Amino acid sequence: MKRQEVAILGVGMHPWGKWGRNFVEYGVKAAQDALKDAGLGWSDVQLVSGGETIRNGYPGFIAGAAFAQALGWTGARVTSCYGACAAGAQAISVARAQILAGLCDVALVVGADTTPKGFFAPQAGERGTDPDWLRFRLLGATNPVYFALYARRRMALYGATDRDFAKVKVKNARHGLANPNARYRKAVTEDEVLASPMVSDPLRLLEICATSDGGAALVLSSMEYARKRTTKPITITAVSTVTPRYPSSIIEMPNFATDSAAAVAPPDLSFRDSIAAAAYAEAGIGAQDVNVAEVYDLSSALELDWYENIGLCRPGEAEKLLNDGVTTIGGRVPVNPSGGLACFGEAIPRRRSRRSASSPGSSAARRRDGRWKTRRSACP
Amino acid sequence: LIDARGRGTLASPLEESAVKTRISAMAEWFDIDGERPRLIGSRCRRCRTYFFPRESFACRNPRCQASELEDVPLSTTGTLWSFTDNHYAPPAPYVSPDPFQPYAIAAVELATRRWSSSGRWPPASRSSARRRDEDGSRRRRALLDDQHEYVVWKWRPAAGGGRS
Repeated sequence: MKRQEVAILGVGMHPWGKWGRNFVEYGVKAAQDALKDAGLGWSDVQLVSGGETIRNGYPGFIAGAAFAQALGWTGARVTSCYGACAAGAQAISVARAQILAGLCDVALVVGADTTPKGFFAPQAGERGTDPDWLRFRLLGATNPVYFALYARRRMALYGATDRDFAKVKVKNARHGLANPNARYRKAVTEDEVLASPMVSDPLRLLEICATSDGGAALVLSSMEYARKRTTKPITITAVSTVTPRYPSSIIEMPNFATDSAAAVAPPDLSFRDSIAAAAYAEAGIGAQDVNVAEVYDLSSALELDWYENIGLCRPGEAEKLLNDGVTTIGGRVPVNPSGGLACFGEAIPRRRSRRSASSPGSSAARRRDGRWKTRRSACP
Repeated sequence: LIDARGRGTLASPLEESAVKTRISAMAEWFDIDGERPRLIGSRCRRCRTYFFPRESFACRNPRCQASELEDVPLSTTGTLWSFTDNHYAPPAPYVSPDPFQPYAIAAVELATRRWSSSGRWPPASRSSARRRDEDGSRRRRALLDDQHEYVVWKWRPAAGGGRS
């Protein structure tokens, strides 16, 4: 596949928290900041790509248009993506594709969400054919239940301990201290993590990301357009939006079961491994080229799985990587230097947008040398 | 608790006999009418792979994609893949006893070479479910009354436990 790049001209965010306001407000603030960062005006934007949040009613279903209307109609093209946890990546992917196809030069990607207190819940009503509804109804299988199944499995396979998991939270909490957009900016100790209430054994309250409100935005452009404005543009070299390969052998939300391996052997790469592999292949790099990573720490334990999925180490070695400080700021490959979901919380359509928005701007060095890779695109 | 490599077996909801008549909360998936409780899945007639929950219109093996599937009872034994104890009440539509009771959820690799998750489910006094009628249409079947209790599948450690 031909290697093709788009540039990130600007990034913006609405601070994450429990603000209780309309998601459009968060998106508009993030968009305005991203445009300011890019040195562009709203009327320069030719495409608005919205990451959707269906929990916020009709404007959420048409998030791209909702943001465009709030910013003032300009006749820009519009698109909206709802892909649950992948909505941000898909919104970026669509904007990138339109730029690469020559349909536009400047695109604004916006994701925002207003979340409920406590657990995410399925859509209301009697939804007897909706697996998301049924998993709550029949099993009480909340999102943390799935996170806990992975965590317990990690303990059984690799001997991970409660203390290993707690250390991930301690690291990310420290990372988030300096991030003005993080919801939680408070250092914690391992003992404090381990003393927090058990939610889904072995995961405790401080190890599971909170549901948060917030917004994030990116201004993307063609390389040609970017080169007129900067000599060293930051680029996106890959966006991975792949589906699993049959038979997928890890149970995923909202499913009740994996695929069966009765007729076909499972693929060599697990689904999560394959997401990273696709990004590396598209970017023409390997895990050894990665300098920093933002991964999807829905739980403390899940961050460790991702170290292996994105190739930072072999299966079973993530705890050592963590304990050796490799993934701490100052280490060889800092992971979640933004503070991660541990400090931000979870707001569905903005996760990937946030990941793209948080890292490029977080390091002037990376920005200057222009070699920062879109690692987070590889990771949910 | 079960060892992470321990064997499990499908528990009979009839063991915890109550005055109320027990009814499957999802009869399409979970049959308790016979002697033993059974999960009902589908098997592709062409490639012989399995699905749970049931698939009715197309095999999901991308190299097969046949459209003839048959209902089959799934294995009632398997190996524990992972488990958790949930300590907080889920939101609706979960039907929680008052006060909330923590419960366990297990993911079990069935002997028919598939993973499956299942969990304890506290008895519900108010519930509803849907069932598939013979003509293929869906019809809501009210399950709300005081004589019945709606149950889902549970696992228990196999007799003798043991490692696989």
